[in-house]
Amino acid sequence: MFETLSDRLNDTFAKLGRKGRLTEKDVDEAMRDVRRALLEADVNFKVVKQFVASVKERALGQDVMQSLTPAQTAIGIVNEELIKILGEERVPLNTPDRPPQTIMMVGLQGSGKTTHTGKLALHMRKQGRNPLMVAADVYRPAAVNQLQALGKQIDMPVYDEGTESDPVDIARNAMRFAQERGFNPVIIDTAGRLQIDERLMQELVNIKERVTPSDILLVADAMTGQEAVGVAEAFHDQLDVTGLVLTKMDGDARGGAALSIRAVTGVPIKFIGTGEKLDALEPFYPDRLASRILGMGDVLSLIERAQEQTTEEDAERLQDRMMKGQFDLEDFLDQLQKIKSMGPLDQLLDMIPGLGAQMRQARTQVSDDDYKRIEAIIQSMTPWERRHPERISNSRRRRIARGAGRDRQEVNQMLSQFKEMQKMMGQFGQMAKKGKMPKNLPFNFP
Amino acid sequence: MILKRMFKRRQEPDVQMEQGLEKTRKGVFREITKLFDRAELDDELFEDLEMLLIQADVGWDVSQQLVQELQDRIQEDHITNPADAREILRLEMIKLLELATQNRKIKLLQRGVPFVILVAGVNGTGKTTSIAKLAQYHKRFGRSVMLAAGDTFRAAAIDQIKVWGERVDVPVVAHQQGADPGAVVFDSVQSAQQRGVDVLIIDTAGRLQTKHNLMAELQKLRKIIQKQIPEAPQEVILVLDATTGQNGLVQAAEFTKSVEITDLMITKLDGTAKGGIAFSVAKEIGTPIAYIGTGERATDLAEFNPETYVDSLFFGEGEGF
Repeated sequence: MFETLSDRLNDTFAKLGRKGRLTEKDVDEAMRDVRRALLEADVNFKVVKQFVASVKERALGQDVMQSLTPAQTAIGIVNEELIKILGEERVPLNTPDRPPQTIMMVGLQGSGKTTHTGKLALHMRKQGRNPLMVAADVYRPAAVNQLQALGKQIDMPVYDEGTESDPVDIARNAMRFAQERGFNPVIIDTAGRLQIDERLMQELVNIKERVTPSDILLVADAMTGQEAVGVAEAFHDQLDVTGLVLTKMDGDARGGAALSIRAVTGVPIKFIGTGEKLDALEPFYPDRLASRILGMGDVLSLIERAQEQTTEEDAERLQDRMMKGQFDLEDFLDQLQKIKSMGPLDQLLDMIPGLGAQMRQARTQVSDDDYKRIEAIIQSMTPWERRHPERISNSRRRRIARGAGRDRQEVNQMLSQFKEMQKMMGQFGQMAKKGKMPKNLPFNFP
Repeated sequence: MILKRMFKRRQEPDVQMEQGLEKTRKGVFREITKLFDRAELDDELFEDLEMLLIQADVGWDVSQQLVQELQDRIQEDHITNPADAREILRLEMIKLLELATQNRKIKLLQRGVPFVILVAGVNGTGKTTSIAKLAQYHKRFGRSVMLAAGDTFRAAAIDQIKVWGERVDVPVVAHQQGADPGAVVFDSVQSAQQRGVDVLIIDTAGRLQTKHNLMAELQKLRKIIQKQIPEAPQEVILVLDATTGQNGLVQAAEFTKSVEITDLMITKLDGTAKGGIAFSVAKEIGTPIAYIGTGERATDLAEFNPETYVDSLFFGEGEGF
């Protein structure tokens, strides 16, 4: 939907490049692209202003103008500056002077506090800890039940007093309970609230005073717009937030809000939430978020998606079959289906860096419909035919075409393409055996 | 005899919408009005205006467009008075939203045929709360309402909608957590038909638009409803959080592509968010905004009115009218 910064800068510099020497004015033009891309990624406008100024300074100093690849140089600078703001090093949770380690989860409604209370508890138990979750959201209907249900799911205790008690009392009693029974850490789920709701903000301050948490984590939705800074500032002013948990990062939001919060409050991003499953909590990597904000593709996420679809044994078995030239239509169909369940093709292509501009044409050539067509043809074959595609006779081809509702030509085409593919894989296998990989891959990617 | 009742459309600005928006409007957005208090129209004004629009999540494209159109009109009509310029901007913004509201189809309630509303959206936008509000809204017109707990995924989502069902006093059709949402939907439609319910509102699990399989599931739910009642679901509502930034546009596009969203509802307008994403969505997608959510109570729902929206959020109290 939005053009990526790398595409845009490439376009701009390509246009400017034709004039010969670039001027400071040309760099300004490029900075306009940077500004626009950041705003479209929801980076706060004040942060954008400062950011663009510092990038421009560096760009002029480093002579982007004389560079043979000015677009690449400019992108490099932007990327470095982004990482600088996001924090180059990972900041862990604080360790308190005396146990139990207490963590408060705070944030707006719907940012994912309860779910991430569960995720964090699971994460810490994996490190050998013995966490207690505390249900201090007495306002949202069934919030207590939700935490209890999560507790049951991961088999972890939840302290609650229903919805009649005062959250400050609940927190205090939970601390006593944890100390008596040796739970550590204590993770307190609080109700979602608007930063302008003075009464509820005061409640958080009271809980904080009562339990002196070692961490107060602001849970923020990666999709938040310009208001993210206002929200974070308000929570930070009142509570001295110690870390940020950025949620819903499995969506396609660029996540500029995180950059803004970090830039304005200085609060480090400690975790990111990447899915609805309770183990979908990850440490934060600044470089990944930087490429994401720039729309430079996200190979790592692509790999992760692929990993979700397949196990290591599967992959090894497949590789083995490929090398031995045993890769048949059954394997092919299996692979097609795995790719399909990773998401629509154009989305996957978007994740590959540098493909953006070139692939736009290819996108019209390879569509999800092509998948369906090939799938239909293979599914109209008998298991024997799938294992022996080279032995499919003409009358069989006719039958397959009828079954798939396609022309016989299409079946022929598919089979000859597959034969080519098999041949190529065989060559790979032999080369791999000899211990050398080909320099120029014979792939003719559309 | 089939009795057709039209959804009532009110002409006067909605009092409730204004009250709900009151908190929101106290933020920076009086600044747009303030901006035009100066003596002349200079370049600085347009730059500041662009910044204010972007700050409200109106987005780069639409902000540029609004400012450009304003500048063009000022030149064409030889406008020198800032107050006149402000009025042009105000009308432009209203016009942009009306582009989408005029796409709103008038839906008819037929006796004996449940009016089915399917509610969808990404996680945490306030779907379940909005459903309680919609139930309350329809009850006000004397319609019988039933809810379906179609979110079988999130822990305790079923409890949450049951609590709301009790509060607004309407029955809830529910299965166990982890059950097939398709089965819940099927049962609820049957039960609504048998009991002669006027309005059936179906909750669904929050899903990010990038989750291919979950979007396909939503299509399936739609088909299940349609199989039982050909004209249903008469309303498919996408719930958008007003604090959402530019991703809101992607959400609207993707959900519209998957399940033919008929109406949008913008929630959480009781904060300081300006809901500027409404303008991009109106321009790029054209899906009409039908409702806004302005608080946590079941009565905090209002019909969307472009004029009130623009005046309350961007021009500040008492101005603009």
